[in-house]
Amino acid sequence: MSVLDTIHTNEEELLKQFKPADEAQVVKDLSELDEEERLRLKRTGVDLDAQNRLGTFLQTNCGVVSCSCDVQGVEMLPITEALKKYDGLKDYYWRLIDPNKDAFTKETREHLDNGYFIRAKAGQKVVYPLQTCLYIRNDKVAQRVHNIVVAEEGSELHIITGCTTHPHLTSGLHIGISEFYVKKGAKLIFTMVHNWAEEVYVRPRTAIVVEEGGTFLSNYVSLKGVKSVQAFPTCTLKGKGAIARFNSVIVAPEGSHIDTGSRIILEAPETRGEIISRTISYGGHIVARGHLVGKAPEIKAHLECQGLMLAEKGVIHAIPELEAHVADVDMSHEAAVGKIAKEEIEYLMARGLSEEEATSTIVRGFLNVKIEGLPKELDEELQQAVEECHKGM
Amino acid sequence: MLQIEDLWVDVHGKEVLKGIDLEIGKGETHCLFGRNGSGKTTLLMTIMGFEGYEVKHGKIVFKGEDITHMPLNERARLGLGLSFQRPPTLRGVKLRDMLRLCGNGSDVGVQLALEYGFEAFLDREVNLGFSGGEIKKSELLQLLSQNPDLTLLDEPESGVDVENLNVIGDMIRRLLEKDKHRNRTKSGLIITHTGFILNYVTADRGHVMLDGKLVCHGNPIDIFERIQQNGYEECAKCQF
Repeated sequence: MSVLDTIHTNEEELLKQFKPADEAQVVKDLSELDEEERLRLKRTGVDLDAQNRLGTFLQTNCGVVSCSCDVQGVEMLPITEALKKYDGLKDYYWRLIDPNKDAFTKETREHLDNGYFIRAKAGQKVVYPLQTCLYIRNDKVAQRVHNIVVAEEGSELHIITGCTTHPHLTSGLHIGISEFYVKKGAKLIFTMVHNWAEEVYVRPRTAIVVEEGGTFLSNYVSLKGVKSVQAFPTCTLKGKGAIARFNSVIVAPEGSHIDTGSRIILEAPETRGEIISRTISYGGHIVARGHLVGKAPEIKAHLECQGLMLAEKGVIHAIPELEAHVADVDMSHEAAVGKIAKEEIEYLMARGLSEEEATSTIVRGFLNVKIEGLPKELDEELQQAVEECHKGM
Repeated sequence: MLQIEDLWVDVHGKEVLKGIDLEIGKGETHCLFGRNGSGKTTLLMTIMGFEGYEVKHGKIVFKGEDITHMPLNERARLGLGLSFQRPPTLRGVKLRDMLRLCGNGSDVGVQLALEYGFEAFLDREVNLGFSGGEIKKSELLQLLSQNPDLTLLDEPESGVDVENLNVIGDMIRRLLEKDKHRNRTKSGLIITHTGFILNYVTADRGHVMLDGKLVCHGNPIDIFERIQQNGYEECAKCQF
């Protein structure tokens, strides 16, 4: 069985294993979350006490526990409310993703639990990030979420999304449909931190469209064990000079199957795309994909997949793809998978570090992808998580 | 400081060093000359303790301790330091952090980087896209942070332009406490092909390596002049 087959379990079968989120326990108020849960959320990038987050959306299982945003010119609503308020969000809802794409999109179309709708009005530039959290609080629950983000013309928005499960829960299914619209000259930074449990299946379906002069930056971090993740967000650069960049940092412990990557379709002239992924297998299976599609002249795109094997078991399968439809494109990729070079370890040991310290330093460096706009405390959490996941192996 | 007795070393099953005897005293700087492939780098790598340099016979004593089979990092902690000729790139590791690691947390290296006008490199990844001269500076800053008692330098002047030779020379002089004329405690062993470094750093003694053996010992400047005039073979025949 190849690493690709291990991830693609039968979709309908998988859905049957979990009970719908609307049958699970409902949390009415933030005060119902105990210290342990708050800490877990914090370590996933969601700080319920933070002063520097201007808005918070928290959904546990199917229920929205918190949805507040203090910034004028930014609207944050549970998607179910937004659908009512804006007459079904006809310009945005299921416009980038086909609801019949697979069993998960169909399921979410038919049984939507909730999700968020966030819109930055034209020209509104938000300095501090908004945070959203999709939290599975009970065992064996299937959470079905649909998110829509709209950055109107000339606006700037940074969203940190933490997806996690209760500290004592092991199994669940998270389906997240996300459709993001970055309008002319707007900028959206989307940072997603996954902190799942050993028996959790995750099936995000994400599509983004960027108009002229707009910028979309995505940061994805997954450092903890998970049963399987299968995601392949696709960003279409529709307007001249639009930019997309995807950074991913993925660690797969033994038992984790992570099939993820990004696709950028450069449809308009002078657009730029970059996909950078750093993956580490401590015995888990990783498929690191990247697909750049150049369809217009004078585009520039680069893809970088770096994988580090830190255990005897495990698989890293890098699949970088470049696809040019016109002559005048500049597209490149580099991919490298292997173990830590002995000479790097010895270089550090010659400076007095032990072999273990040398290895940690190299692993930390490897995962040190520059994440733009990341709040300091989240950066520190990530550094600590990297340290812990390394020590724990 | 360092005593090497009848040292025989194999690399990949091939005999490279064939009975080396060498003694470097406290505060002394020695130079090592020799053709490419004669075994000079092997000697430095063996003293430092890298994997793949198999000691078949003989011993290495450093500061009174037999280090022949001591692990690499313990030798570094005991006071041995080496500048790499072609160091690897450490992705994601900033030179600033590397200097602190070398100095066991101290900021000395960072301060010196500012002093030597190397501050622009502090936030760059170690050796990534560094030129020949920049690599040498980075190596020497790391060693200055580490502050070893015996520094092993493998062609410190190679790939360095004339302007920067001054800076490199100054850094080496500092490492080896060349400004101290009494009670100097730092020692050095320098491999040089061009001899340029002798214009900046005075050396006490020179040795010529030929096919895995040290064949000639003496005043480094005299030796270097003879090599320039007559080549290594002739130099080997001459006995000081």
